[in-house]
Amino acid sequence: MKITPAVLARELGFSVLAGGQSLERAVDCAYSCDLLSFVMGRAPAGCAWVTVMGNVNAVAVAVLADCACVILADGVALDPAAKEKAEAQDVAVLSSGEPVFETALAVHELLSARQ
Amino acid sequence: MPQTIHFQYTVPGDDFTRAGEASSSVKKALKKIGINPEVIRKVAIAMYEGEINMVIHAGGGSIDVDITPDEVRMVLVDHGPGIANIDLAMQEGWSTAPDDVRSLGFGAGMGLPNMKKCSDDMTVESVVGQGTTVRMTVLCH
Ligand SMILES: Nc1ncnc2c1ncn2[C@@H]1O[C@H](COP(=O)(O)OP(=O)(O)OP(=O)(O)O)[C@@H](O)[C@H]1O
Ligand SMILES: [Mg+2]
Repeated sequence: MKITPAVLARELGFSVLAGGQSLERAVDCAYSCDLLSFVMGRAPAGCAWVTVMGNVNAVAVAVLADCACVILADGVALDPAAKEKAEAQDVAVLSSGEPVFETALAVHELLSARQ
Repeated sequence: MPQTIHFQYTVPGDDFTRAGEASSSVKKALKKIGINPEVIRKVAIAMYEGEINMVIHAGGGSIDVDITPDEVRMVLVDHGPGIANIDLAMQEGWSTAPDDVRSLGFGAGMGLPNMKKCSDDMTVESVVGQGTTVRMTVLCH
């Protein structure tokens, strides 16, 4: 079964902060880092990117590095400018109440179980 | 598609909300033309890192992009403070980014190395007090 941001939200209890069609895109793996140029250089295309950076630059990075979605961990908010950009560029952004590691691990385990 | 497509952008300085617009627009154009996704990703990453460097370190600048069937050429010109030691700036981890910019997630010192990695050819010319010109080429095949 294809794992999408919508499936992650449903199965893992994440809330959806932004996203349209992008919520149906395939997620291939989990990746985590908060330094944006690390993400640019290292995040695999199609990853679910787990971070605590809820700013407009993080949304730009998700678009350009071709991440499948952004998951804001620890209940971090998506700031208003970032939400606007995420809606405009159709970037799926989810929110998790768990810390970064637990969030990424949950995504990884769901992906492993379904493959 | 034998002709060259040309894009030109002005990158405003110190506007973090708009940084990335030029790169996103080129990314969209390349997608429309049907360029290979791996090539698109390389162009998007290289151009964004250059664009954001202009915003953070140089007060903005301009970007020219030429798309041909064989390659994507980007020329980024700014009139900022310039780079005193280019070899040092190219090293992973070297950064002079101020604290307020670091708190946004920048300043890992990975931007120029990412640009180098993503492009098939890259040159940096810089004169302290005058500005910096970065040229990058990404091959389409
Ligand atoms: N256009 C520029 N004008 C002046 N200085 C620059 C320019 N681009 C880069 N630099 C200098 O080179 C250093 C390294 O740049 P690089 O992009 O690798 O890292 P960074 O921008 O500091 O952090 P990161 O890109 O990881 O967020 C910068 O900190 C800055 O001192
Ligand atoms: Mg940089």
